[in-house]
Amino acid sequence: MAIEKIQRIEGRGLPLPGDNIDTDRIIPARFLRAITFEGLETHLFEDDRKQLAAAGSIHPVADPKYAGATILLVNANFGCGSSREHAPQAIRRYGIRAVVGESYSEIFFGNSVALGMPCVTTDHSSLAELMQLVGKDPGLQLVVDLEAMRVSAGEKSFTVALPSTARESFLDGTWDATGLLLDRFEEVEAVAEALPYVSGSWR
Amino acid sequence: MPATLLQKVWDAHTVRKLPNGQTQLFIGLHLIHEVTTPQAFDMLRARGWHVRFPERTIATVDHIVPTRDQRRPFLDVMAEDMFSALERNCRDEGIRLFDMTTGSQGIVHVIGPEMGLTQPGMTIACGDSHTSTHGALGAVAFGIGTSQVRDVLASQCLAMEPLRVRRILVRGRLARGVYAKDVILEIIRRLGVKGGVGYAYEYAGDTVERMSMDERMTMCNMSIEGGARVGYVNPDQVTFDYLRGRRFVPQGDDFEKACRWWSSMASDANAGYDDEVEIDAAAIRPTVTWGINPGQSVYVDEPLPSPASAAQSERAGIDEALSFMGLAAGSRIRGTRIDVAFVGSCTNGRLSDLREAAKVIRGRHVAPHVRALVVPGSQPVRLAAEREGLDRIFIDAGFDWRGAGCSMCLAMNPDKLEGREICASSSNRNFKGRQGSPTGRTLLMSPAMVAAAAVAGEVVDIREFVNGD
Repeated sequence: MAIEKIQRIEGRGLPLPGDNIDTDRIIPARFLRAITFEGLETHLFEDDRKQLAAAGSIHPVADPKYAGATILLVNANFGCGSSREHAPQAIRRYGIRAVVGESYSEIFFGNSVALGMPCVTTDHSSLAELMQLVGKDPGLQLVVDLEAMRVSAGEKSFTVALPSTARESFLDGTWDATGLLLDRFEEVEAVAEALPYVSGSWR
Repeated sequence: MPATLLQKVWDAHTVRKLPNGQTQLFIGLHLIHEVTTPQAFDMLRARGWHVRFPERTIATVDHIVPTRDQRRPFLDVMAEDMFSALERNCRDEGIRLFDMTTGSQGIVHVIGPEMGLTQPGMTIACGDSHTSTHGALGAVAFGIGTSQVRDVLASQCLAMEPLRVRRILVRGRLARGVYAKDVILEIIRRLGVKGGVGYAYEYAGDTVERMSMDERMTMCNMSIEGGARVGYVNPDQVTFDYLRGRRFVPQGDDFEKACRWWSSMASDANAGYDDEVEIDAAAIRPTVTWGINPGQSVYVDEPLPSPASAAQSERAGIDEALSFMGLAAGSRIRGTRIDVAFVGSCTNGRLSDLREAAKVIRGRHVAPHVRALVVPGSQPVRLAAEREGLDRIFIDAGFDWRGAGCSMCLAMNPDKLEGREICASSSNRNFKGRQGSPTGRTLLMSPAMVAAAAVAGEVVDIREFVNGD
């Protein structure tokens, strides 16, 4: 199945500081009570947003100065917790097309690849600087370049990392894996048949 | 060449190397439930595909099931819709569904092992992060997202990155009042909530070898809370004794042959590991979380941390957690007043968990201000508990005795916290809002500690509580 190649993502940034932001915070479980992903974005960080609003503050996701941002900036272990794809779905549907962070939970990272939303990493100080630059000038244009493996913010540029497997998938447009998994299906059947618990012939 | 269980299972299930360098891995058992699959079936339909190995996918319903009144249609329209969608999808694709009418329904991670669907040497995937539970039987089991559920439905395969293996050697006798739950909370505290990213955790050592299958499941269940997508224990006699005679396990001569194959999949004695950690089990004390991630825990008789004395990188996290929890730096968790007590979940909702909790409350009563509930992990767990009279012990003590489901672990059903309530919980996550109230607070602990807290109305040290009997 031919799908979109993802090489370069441009747009404004959305800084979301804090370590260990879990998927229950990204999208609370009560919003998973549905049989489609439609409309999830309206509940993105809903509880965090409400609590900050009640305290007279504003969550970056609700802050008009970041409206229309397409590149999310986060810290360490982002997306930990539940495997719910609803979390990256809500983020993607909100308009985010790439994430730059210190680290991610494995399941969140994998789910994001499957949605065509690259999650690249860089170090703590580069992120602090990126967040500060965007905080000062929300209109600043960021570029996540998967060929050069850099993220630039105006004049500044930082090295980013992405496992080579995910990078390849984005660059050649094979990040939706199902088609690949269905190629050469006879090999799948051969592996299955060799497993005693599948064939039922215990050696 | 000596190899770990992970390596052997991986090799036996590898179909091929994909062009991007990932491995195409065959999935031996696919477990599905109502929350993370309806969209996957839609994606399948949109592409005109069907389920390729329908007999290798098994469904149940757990997250949205009400635990009080389980009659259909559910009063909750959305829950009914989700259940109906699962029924329709299973019917259309020829997938076996264990619903309430079968007597086998329950939390997906409880019923898999219970029916013997989960077996050593398998690869197991499920759209649920606590799939790591099944590793207790020597399977390589992990959580996946909905797009990957689609991949497994369509091809019975996943595109995967290889994992490194960290062996966690737990040695020594557990003190009285210390359980598998305390051991895993200790491991998460020591290695951190992201310490396991990129790793499978192999739990080994004499402490783990002495553990029952239920205890091993508690350990493996929470691997993901330490960042490890996979946790496992090598299959041994405890595993085989547990599996013998279960519904989906080979019978007769085949069982002995299966045991031989299962044994052959265990890590070799001289296998190499990417990392190794030792834990002194005898030093572990009853543990309680005080914060908003499962790594934020203390021994029940220890003071809470204080941001001032923590490393710079930890301060903001500790501050945020203490302020959300309404707890003071340096104070003690023991004596914290609770509003709700919850015994259940895929971590601690099995028969042995209910027995431990029942031991503590027998002849006692839940404190007047506490709402307490016991939710068996499955219909068979509930039935077995009733046969032993555990339900009477709980009911007499003032607990609600419920039907099987995920209940208040994640509150996608009517069981939830209200407002700022504090819950002593035998579940696995203390994230903000996890138990259904955005400002609700969760203290994770063993089922015995939950039972003791329910009676005392506050967090107590189970060792003293039982002493004073």
